[in-house]
Amino acid sequence: MNGDANRQDFVVRFRATELEAREGICSVAERLIRQGLAAERTGDVEIALAEAINNVVEHAYSGIEPGQIQVCCRLLADNLEIRIHDRGKPMPDGNLPSGDPIVPADLPEGGFGWFLIRQLVNEIEYQRLGQGNLLSLRFDLPSRPKA
Amino acid sequence: MSLTSSVAGNTRVIAVNVERIDAAMAIQFKEDMRSRTEGGPERVVLDLSRVEFIDSSGLGAIVASMKQMGGGRRLDLAGLTPMVDKVFRLTRMDTVFNLFATLDEALSASSE
Repeated sequence: MNGDANRQDFVVRFRATELEAREGICSVAERLIRQGLAAERTGDVEIALAEAINNVVEHAYSGIEPGQIQVCCRLLADNLEIRIHDRGKPMPDGNLPSGDPIVPADLPEGGFGWFLIRQLVNEIEYQRLGQGNLLSLRFDLPSRPKA
Repeated sequence: MSLTSSVAGNTRVIAVNVERIDAAMAIQFKEDMRSRTEGGPERVVLDLSRVEFIDSSGLGAIVASMKQMGGGRRLDLAGLTPMVDKVFRLTRMDTVFNLFATLDEALSASSE
């Protein structure tokens, strides 16, 4: 028990299209705010979550019928766990992209996604499970003063 | 339209009227920017004060918008809200644009 009665695990499901992904990302952020996650930290989570989900839409389901994305969230006192499931294609080589540093002077128009995720997430794990992908993100939260 | 534009002195001001510049919006944004920046003043200020969220696609679209303006022209950014500011700083893309806290500051800054 973490003592936060209003905190409950929740799941958001949507189809892997850009517009439905936007709604899904907003919905997760709204629910985290309602469960008491600070606005600034929710912003970090929203940025990382959007990059991870956009990658699923653009890569895991590229060239195939967009399937479901399921986002499971568990907000605890000292961390937030987000698990993203999809039924699309595996990561290239079965591994997480490295997220190479950005060279601003080259004026890149992409390649920011994994760099941002790695800056904002404390622990990342990827598993290929049967015909699907599971990406787990853990965000550490500063301990809050006791009420 | 997602963008509205006006001319103030020797600067074109383009205001973004959507809350999110994200993957679903990026291509449209870049095309709208192309039509708004064709010809006209050398300096363009993008007013981002209504934008609450940007992702890597949106960031890429702003970079592309600057590049498609052509050599010698400048795209400055004004009114970055906290999450937008964070994405620019984390990616260090804040180093390739002039950033102003407000549109007024951008307009009163001398345009070298």
